[in-house]
Amino acid sequence: MNWIPQIFRRRKLYNELSEEIRLHIEERTEQLMREGMSATEAEQTARRAFGNRTLLEERSREVWQWPTLESIGADVRFALRQFRRSPGFAFAAIVTLALAIGANAVVFAVLNGFFLRPLNVPQGQSLYAIQRGNDPYIVQSYPDYLDLRDRNRSFDGLAAYTISQAGIVTGNDPSHAWLYQVSGNYFDALGIHPYMGRLIHASDEHGPNSAPYIVLSYAYWHSHFHDDRGVVGRSVLLNKHPFTVLGVSPPEFRGTLLIFSPDFFVPMVNSEQIDGESFLNARGTRWVFEVLGHLKPGVTQAQATADLDSVGSYLEKTYPRDDTQSTFSLVRPGLHGDFVAPAVRAFLAGLMVLAGLILLAACANLGSLFAARAADRGREVALRLALGSTRTRILRQLLTEALLISLAGGAAGLVASVMLLRRLSAWQAFPQFPMNIPVRPDATVYLFALLLALVSGLLFGIVPVRQVFKSNPYEIVKAGSSARIGRKLTVRDLLLVLQVAICGVLVTSSMVAVRGLARSLHTNFGFEPQDTLLVNTNLAMAGYPPDKMPAMQKRMMNAMQTIPGVTSVGLVDIPPLHMGWNPSYVFSNRATDMRPPNAEGQAIEYRISPEYLQAAKTVLLAGRNFSWHDDANAPRVAVVNREFARKFFANRSQAVGANFKITDGTLLQVVGIVEDGKYTANLAEDPQPAMFLPLGQFPTGGTCLVVRSGRDPQQLVAAVRSTLRDLDPGLPAFIQTWNEEMNGALFASRMATASLGVLGVMGAMLSITGIFGMAAFSVGKRLRELGIRIALGAQRKEVLYAALGRAFKLLAIGSAAGLALGLHARTRLHRLPGNATRPAGPCRRGGDDGLTGCGGDLDSSATRAFGQSSSSAARRLKQQGFPVNR
Amino acid sequence: MADTNSRDLFPGALEMMILESLRRQPAHGYALVQHIQQRSNNLLQVEEGSLYPALQRLLKAKLVKAEWGLSSTNRRVRTYQITASGLRRLEQQISSFERMFQGISLVLDPGEARTS
Repeated sequence: MNWIPQIFRRRKLYNELSEEIRLHIEERTEQLMREGMSATEAEQTARRAFGNRTLLEERSREVWQWPTLESIGADVRFALRQFRRSPGFAFAAIVTLALAIGANAVVFAVLNGFFLRPLNVPQGQSLYAIQRGNDPYIVQSYPDYLDLRDRNRSFDGLAAYTISQAGIVTGNDPSHAWLYQVSGNYFDALGIHPYMGRLIHASDEHGPNSAPYIVLSYAYWHSHFHDDRGVVGRSVLLNKHPFTVLGVSPPEFRGTLLIFSPDFFVPMVNSEQIDGESFLNARGTRWVFEVLGHLKPGVTQAQATADLDSVGSYLEKTYPRDDTQSTFSLVRPGLHGDFVAPAVRAFLAGLMVLAGLILLAACANLGSLFAARAADRGREVALRLALGSTRTRILRQLLTEALLISLAGGAAGLVASVMLLRRLSAWQAFPQFPMNIPVRPDATVYLFALLLALVSGLLFGIVPVRQVFKSNPYEIVKAGSSARIGRKLTVRDLLLVLQVAICGVLVTSSMVAVRGLARSLHTNFGFEPQDTLLVNTNLAMAGYPPDKMPAMQKRMMNAMQTIPGVTSVGLVDIPPLHMGWNPSYVFSNRATDMRPPNAEGQAIEYRISPEYLQAAKTVLLAGRNFSWHDDANAPRVAVVNREFARKFFANRSQAVGANFKITDGTLLQVVGIVEDGKYTANLAEDPQPAMFLPLGQFPTGGTCLVVRSGRDPQQLVAAVRSTLRDLDPGLPAFIQTWNEEMNGALFASRMATASLGVLGVMGAMLSITGIFGMAAFSVGKRLRELGIRIALGAQRKEVLYAALGRAFKLLAIGSAAGLALGLHARTRLHRLPGNATRPAGPCRRGGDDGLTGCGGDLDSSATRAFGQSSSSAARRLKQQGFPVNR
Repeated sequence: MADTNSRDLFPGALEMMILESLRRQPAHGYALVQHIQQRSNNLLQVEEGSLYPALQRLLKAKLVKAEWGLSSTNRRVRTYQITASGLRRLEQQISSFERMFQGISLVLDPGEARTS
C-alpha cells in the first residue's frame, strides 16, 4: 500500500519524466546535428524518432495512476470546464432532466408507497388480508371472522378492523373523529408496541361492550391532547359513553389502510356504543372492513388459501343460509384488496408510462442537443484524434459530459421530488378525515432516480457516438466543420420526430383530460350547490336511539329555518356527490325471494325530508313531493329519478303510481319523478337510477342539513354552529359549503387531471425547447451556406424555406403521429380511474356483490367503503341484501 | 490499454531487454535506446519514446532505480540501475522466455528440434 505517498510524489515524478524526455530528444538532436543535419531538420527527425510524445508521456504517467479512475477525473474536470464555457446549455439540459426525472421519481414514489412497499408494520411483507372468493369486496361478518381466526392454522393471529366515526368529548367541545374498531388481538397480531401506556389486548374482551378502552393514534394525541403524558387512564366520552384511554400507538403506525388513518382505536366488542347497533352475532351481516394477519413462517399463500377454504367448507355446511360459497383468497392489505387496488394500480401504471414517455422525450431532446454539440465540436474532436487521442477516449469524454449532466439533473429532480413528496405525505386533502399518504421517499426511490439518471445519461450520451466514429479528422481539420447538407434522414431528425410525437401524445391526452373535467364541472348535477351550506352529522354519534331521531331532526331543521337569511332547509341522510353512498337492490312488486340475484337492478338510495327537493333545487318532473304525512302510518312511498323510471318502468308516464319492492320486502309506490343527477363521487358517471325515500317512513341517524340562503353561505357558519350548540351541545357536526364538500368528491378526478395536466405541460415545454434547439442548430450550421445563397440573390422566402423547411416537415410528421397516438391513447385514458374524460361511465364492477356505485377510482371506492362502513349499520345489512326491520 | 509501446514485440520483451542492458551497465534512457538498437543490429525498430512507459513500469515495480547525474559526455541525465529484485526478475524472465522460444521453435520446425 504505497499509493498514498505516491500521490504526493507524483508531481515530482511527472516533472522528472518530462525533463528526461526533453533531454532525450535534445541528445538525439545534437547527435543528428553532429552527423551533419541542420538544426531544424535534426529536431524534426528526433521528434519523429521519439514518437508521439504527449501520448507516451500520458502512458508513462498512467503507470503511476489508477488509470481509468484518474483519467475519468480528468474527463470530469474537462467536462466541467466545457459547461462553464456554455452555462446556458448546461442549465437547460439539467433543468430538462430534473423535470423529467423528478416527475418519474414522484410517480414512482407513489407507486412504491402504495404497491411495492408493504404496510409499515413489522414483517409487513408476510401480512395478508382475506378476501372472499373472487368477490372484490373483502368485508366479513364478525362471527365468520371469529371462526376464521380460531379455525385456521396458517396465520400468526388473525386481526380484524373496521372504520367508524364517532363524536368524542375530551374537554368541553364535542368533535367528530374517525376510528378503527379493532379486534382485541389487533395490535399483537400486527406486532405493534405502544408509544406510551399500553395497547388493547385479546384479554380485554369479555363480550359485548365489555372493553370501553381507547388507544389514541400518535397524531391525534399530538394534535388533540398536546402531547400530554398524563392522558393515560383519563376518561373520554365517545358518543356519550365513557371510555378509558389505555395508551398511544407509535407515530410510525398509521393504521392498516393507506390513504386513511384513524384518530384512535376502540375494541370491536364495543361496536354497539360506536355504531348505535350491534351486529356481533349476525353471521350474515358483513360489516368487518378487513380481516388480516401475518402468515406463519414457511406457510405459502397456496397452503394458507387451502387452509382457509377448509374453514370455508365448514362454514358452508354449518351455516348454509349465511355462508354460501365460502372460498377465500389472500390479498395485500393497504388498499382494501381487489376492491380498490387494481383501479389505483392501473392509474398509477398509466401515469408511470406517461412519465416514462416524458423522460424519453427529454432524452431525445438532450440526445439531439448533444449530437449538435458534438458536431459543433467536430474540430476539437478532429484535433484530438489527429494528436493521437483514441476514439474510445473521446467517446468516454462525451459520455462523461452526458453522465455529469444526467446526474446533476437527477439530483436536482430528486431534491425537488423529495420536497414535493414530503408535502404530499403531510397533505390533508380533506378536512373531513385524517389522511395517510405513504409516499415518503425511501432508498428504493433514490436508487430508482439514480438508475434513471444513469440510463438517460447513457441514452442521450450515446447519440453522438456514430458521429464521432465516422468523423475523419484530416478532412475536418482541412475543411472546417463539415457542413454537408444531406437529404438523408439523420438520427437527429428521427429523434426530433419521436420527441414531437411523444409530446403530442402527452399534450393531447392532458388537454382531453382537462377539458373533460372542465366540462363535467358545468354539467347539471341534479341539484344546485351554490349558496348552500351542508351541516353534516350523525345522530347516532350523539347517542340518540333510533326512535328519538326524527323528532330531533325536525327540531334541527326548524331551528335552522329561523336563522336570518336562510331561505330553505332540507335534510338528506348522505348528500349526492358525497364520498360514500348507499346502493340498494330494487325488486319487482311480485318478487318474494329477496336475494340479490333476483333483483331487477340497483338504485342509489336517499332518505330525505319533504323540504329537501326544494332546498337542493332538484326539479320535480311529475307526480308529487313527499309531505310529513308520509309517515309510519301511511302507505310506503318513494320519489324516483328519471333514469329509475326509464330502467324499471319503461316510461315515465307509467312510473307514477307503479310499485316496486326493496330488499326488506317493503312494497313502495312511486309518487313522483325528479330529474337525473350526479350521485356517486364521479362526475363522469352514467345516468344512475336513484330513489328518494321519506324520512318519516325510513328513519336514519345520518343527518345532513341542506341550508340554502340568499347570501354567501360562509357568513352563516357561525350562526349555524351556535344554533346547533343550543339544540345539543354534545352533537359534533361538520359544516361546509356544498361546493367545498364536492371538492372532496371530485378529489380523484382532480388529482388525475392535475397530474395529466402537469405531464402535458412538461411535454409541451420539452417539445418547444427541442424544436427550438434543432432549428437553431441547423440554421447555425448552415449560416455560411445561407449567406452565400443571399449573396447570390436568393429570395428571403427561399432562404427561409431552405433553413426551416426541413424542421417544419419533421415537425409536421411528428405532430401528426403524436396527435394520432394521443387520440388513440385517449380511449385508453378513459379507462384510467377518476378521469373525468370518460365519456361512458366507470367500470361497472360486480352488480351482484352488494355494491353498485363503482367509481372505480381509488378515492371514490375507498371513501365509498368508508362511507358505507360509517353509515348506520342497518344500512350495511341492507347493502348485503339481508332483510332488516327498521 | 493496448501496449503500443511494445508494438511488434511480445508483452514484456522490452522490459526484459531493458533489464538485460542495465544488468551489463547502468544507463540513461537515450543510451538504452542506442544500446538496444545496436545490439539487435537495428533489427528491432523500437520507437524511442516507447522506452519511457516501460521504464516507469520498472521503476514502479522497484526493478530498477533512477538517479540524476552527469553522463560521460557531461550531460545532465537520469541514470537507471538494476536492483536486486530486478536481477531476480530478469533471471525468471529469461528462463521462461527460453522455454517459450524453445516451444515456438519446436512448433515451427519440429524435425530440426527433434534432432538437436
